[in-house]
Amino acid sequence: MSFQFSDDNLKQIEFLKTRYPSLDALSLPLLWMAQYQDGFISLEAIDEISKITKLPPMEIYRVATFYTMFKLQKQEKLLVSVCKTLSCKLCGSDEILDHLKSKDVEIEYVECLGSCGTSPVMQIKDVNYENLTPQKVDDILEELL
Amino acid sequence: MREVKIVSKHFSIKDSHTLKVAKANGAYSNALKKAYKLEPKQIIEIIKESGLRGKGGGGAPAGEKWSLMPQDSDKPSFLAVNCDESEPGTFKDRQIISKDPHLLIEGILITCHAIKAKHAYIYIRGEYKQYQDILQGAIDEAYTEGLLNNCDITIHRGAGAYICGEKSALLESMEGKRGHPRLKPKQKECEWYFSNPTLVNNVETIASVPYIIDNGAEGYRKFGTDKSPGTLLFAMSGHVKNRGVYEAEFGTGMWDYIEHFGGGIRDGKKLKAVIPGGASTDILTADEVMEAKLDYEYLRSIGSALGTGGMIVMDEDTNMVEALKNLLEFYHEESCGQCTPCREGTGLSDKLVEKILSGNGSSEDIDELLEISDTMNGKTICVFAPAVSSVINSFIGKFRDEFEAYNKSTGAKI
Ligand code: SF4
Ligand code: FES
Repeated sequence: MSFQFSDDNLKQIEFLKTRYPSLDALSLPLLWMAQYQDGFISLEAIDEISKITKLPPMEIYRVATFYTMFKLQKQEKLLVSVCKTLSCKLCGSDEILDHLKSKDVEIEYVECLGSCGTSPVMQIKDVNYENLTPQKVDDILEELL
Repeated sequence: MREVKIVSKHFSIKDSHTLKVAKANGAYSNALKKAYKLEPKQIIEIIKESGLRGKGGGGAPAGEKWSLMPQDSDKPSFLAVNCDESEPGTFKDRQIISKDPHLLIEGILITCHAIKAKHAYIYIRGEYKQYQDILQGAIDEAYTEGLLNNCDITIHRGAGAYICGEKSALLESMEGKRGHPRLKPKQKECEWYFSNPTLVNNVETIASVPYIIDNGAEGYRKFGTDKSPGTLLFAMSGHVKNRGVYEAEFGTGMWDYIEHFGGGIRDGKKLKAVIPGGASTDILTADEVMEAKLDYEYLRSIGSALGTGGMIVMDEDTNMVEALKNLLEFYHEESCGQCTPCREGTGLSDKLVEKILSGNGSSEDIDELLEISDTMNGKTICVFAPAVSSVINSFIGKFRDEFEAYNKSTGAKI
């Protein structure tokens, strides 16, 4: 299996090259791009990014494994990221988690999503869902699943 | 309580994020025109006189930081706007980028003129994609209108690492690496991005610049205190009736703020404690909150810090052992792992509090917790570990009886 950036992405990469003083800076944007393209970051994608950035594949791998939002495995189910940090905990994130456990989704507990004032909160596909109640979780998942 | 709106003035206007509405409300006019008529050095002087302080948590004087930037370098200068905002309890910059992004862009243009930079990066946390899209929309509009002729703006997206909010870790991440904080230089100097001089400032700091240029240093100093002039977007979460972000002057009474904007504690409960400025500032007891003033100097004088101004409010039923456990899990997860005391200490202290929480703890465990906390203080590359140490000390110092009595307590849930 090999990995190829799509034509649109290749165009975007050429543009990005003009925006940074060094190709090294492209590693995060390209990891994002690969993740959106395939749903996760494969080792082949890492090799491809390494070629474009002229950094060793290991360096790209080191970066990919440092950041929690980069997924190196294919996600089979819908990924739901639930905030577990203090403000959410004080306002009922435990109840939301318990409720989610009965659903056919992949749950990931994450640290503060920056929605502490509208907690409890979860994030699905880059969107924050705020002021959650079990009922609201049901409604949201019904739409998405 | 006097209400003042400097950066939040347009938040409640419909479609405030669009260029059309922003322009109708004065964006890119007075302040920007005034700034372009001034010499870079004059702008830095005005910022210095205004007493503007960095609003990302540190509170360092902005003007002094700006003057560390070389004015005649043969290398390009850069501005990096810190929109990492990962400190638990903090959700203010997000309001600016989604409700008044043009205010930030105008601030960036003025700042870049002052430090002679031609390119600004906005480093945004990965979790803010939804707000990033609004910000990018505003930047695109500004490009189309020709507003960005003198300066490029690029958004650089992080990917889930708290420590990237630390300015040197942020630059490492912008250079495409793991977000590991750098060793501090011996003397004061600017930051470096690929060896080029770079200024790193928080979103709200830069968004405060247009007001200062438009109204002068004195105009800004009308608000706040002598040493902490102006306002801050304070945030409130936890057990208050109306959680949210509300702008207030520095020096406002903490309890006044919580009552006035927050409507007090919800469900008719009593206040127990407040973490005043994001999770890494020392917890305050209810008595301390009643006396506290929201400014850098006051909070430092009582052994805590203003931090990001993100207050986490806890009512009388809050279980302090569980609250500390929650924070230690966070610290353990987010330690970047470079320094042994931090990498190991955050995990060990988390385990000890877990033991106490299970009802099997003893006084010795509490003492050991304090010892671990001591090893984390002052022996690491960045201030993350000392902050953890201080948080542990404040919880134990102020609520030790709850930790001691845990095995006997009812273990009330938070
Ligand atoms: S103190 Fe912790 S977060 Fe800071 S550099 Fe060391 S290991 Fe990383
Ligand atoms: S603590 Fe959950 S969003 Fe901040």
